Amino acid sequence: MLMWVFKINHVTLMIRLASLLMLTLLCSVALAAPDGAGLYKTQCSTCHGDNGSGGVGVPLSLPSFIDSVPDEYLEKTIRHGRPGRVMPSFSALSDAQVNAIVQHLRSWSNKPAIQYDSAHVKGDVIKGKKLFADRCAQCHGKDGKGGHGTGVTFSRKRDLPIIAPSLSNPGFLASATDAMIKNTLLHGREGTPMLSAKNTGLSENDIDDLVSYVRSFENRPTLKDSQSEKPVIIMDSPYTLDETVENLKQAIADKNFTLVRVEPFERGLVEEGKENKKQVVLHFCNFNFLFEALAIDPRVGMFLPCRVTVIEHDGKVQLLTINPKMLSKLFNNDELDEACEQMHGVYTGILEDAVL
Amino acid sequence: MIRMISFFLCLVVFNSVVRAEDLIMTRSSQKFPEAMLTFQTSIKDHGYQLTRVQRIDVGLTAKGYKTDKYRVVFLGKTDEIQYLVKKYPELIAFMPPKASIYAENDQTMLVTANPGIFADMVDDEDKVIFYRWESDVRSVFADVQNAD
Repeated sequence: MLMWVFKINHVTLMIRLASLLMLTLLCSVALAAPDGAGLYKTQCSTCHGDNGSGGVGVPLSLPSFIDSVPDEYLEKTIRHGRPGRVMPSFSALSDAQVNAIVQHLRSWSNKPAIQYDSAHVKGDVIKGKKLFADRCAQCHGKDGKGGHGTGVTFSRKRDLPIIAPSLSNPGFLASATDAMIKNTLLHGREGTPMLSAKNTGLSENDIDDLVSYVRSFENRPTLKDSQSEKPVIIMDSPYTLDETVENLKQAIADKNFTLVRVEPFERGLVEEGKENKKQVVLHFCNFNFLFEALAIDPRVGMFLPCRVTVIEHDGKVQLLTINPKMLSKLFNNDELDEACEQMHGVYTGILEDAVL
Repeated sequence: MIRMISFFLCLVVFNSVVRAEDLIMTRSSQKFPEAMLTFQTSIKDHGYQLTRVQRIDVGLTAKGYKTDKYRVVFLGKTDEIQYLVKKYPELIAFMPPKASIYAENDQTMLVTANPGIFADMVDDEDKVIFYRWESDVRSVFADVQNAD
């Protein structure tokens, strides 16, 4: 009996010890503060540079930038990103992680974070529109879409100065308060082409009109919906696999693309000669198109050269290729839209010709 | 009790992991040849096969482009890729997974589509394959980023 009691107590003790250990681990995980510098390195430095000196993205450590934007602007920018301008939305980061990144950015300044009130500036949108066309559009674009370069493409020259941001971008408008925009207009951004409006002869009323005009961009629908696009273009072929491959070669040549190689899908995955013969990949390229695509965004190279896969599956021959329209969404780069639309037409045309 | 605590602990740990964006990118301070070597070594160390290294840079500088160092690296695990394309033929358009590596001045950039985005194309029981690929890709990229 005594032994039985001892066993019970022993088991209970073990359970309690294990529970305590688990709780300790749980607390350490839950309470550990996120590493802002580490998060910046993995999430941001690719575009903004290791020290915030910029590159693809805004030079975050520039004193005239970091000292003139509040924490809230940085937090919202991380959350919303800049739809269509490379900067993604980091919606999956926890609040603590976003805050840790912001505090890391703040460490590049010895000044406390600036704060603005959230009240709307009341200006005249019509007057603001005219002023914008006269004074701002040259850099920010007539619709506030921003200059070509920063945040738009990975391929711009690194020796260029910062390019004017897109003021009509929904991510910017959701992040910046009127007061912040007004402050930027009043003081400019030293170290960038953005001049102080005061030095250009504008009155405070003029500046209010400009702020109201920039805010009016908010009412324009700019986000495109590409969710309905399927990731893969698939067509059934009435021909045998070999016939379909031959048809494809001809269709590729007819569209002025160069056939790079034809190989089994499993080439490199299994021993040569033992590949599945019912899965064939055709790689092809139009070099002018390739250069244009890479100049817009060199990251698209991961989907180049173009390729179509022909498979025989359950007695049915099919042609499959990625849907280029998905790429704009993937790369968050509106400038790719036209190229992707064009490529979608080329792929569809080639596949249709091959199964005609 | 222990199981409940363990389950809760797993949930907390899982949720604390940074979730994927559509693209995974990193910048390495290594020059292109060294970064390429680190990249390939890490891929193999993580148990993946390099199925092909594709040059994309032929003639780039002649066209005024800023780099002549651009490769697309195809990688994967044979059994997993064969299993996936057999069960989900449409996935073959994206297989094997690939990553771009290219020079940017004295540094090197790595970019890949987040494997996690393909999880939407498969049944629940197979999503874990893509989540593991994502984790491995992040680890490989970290190796290149942290290399001296």
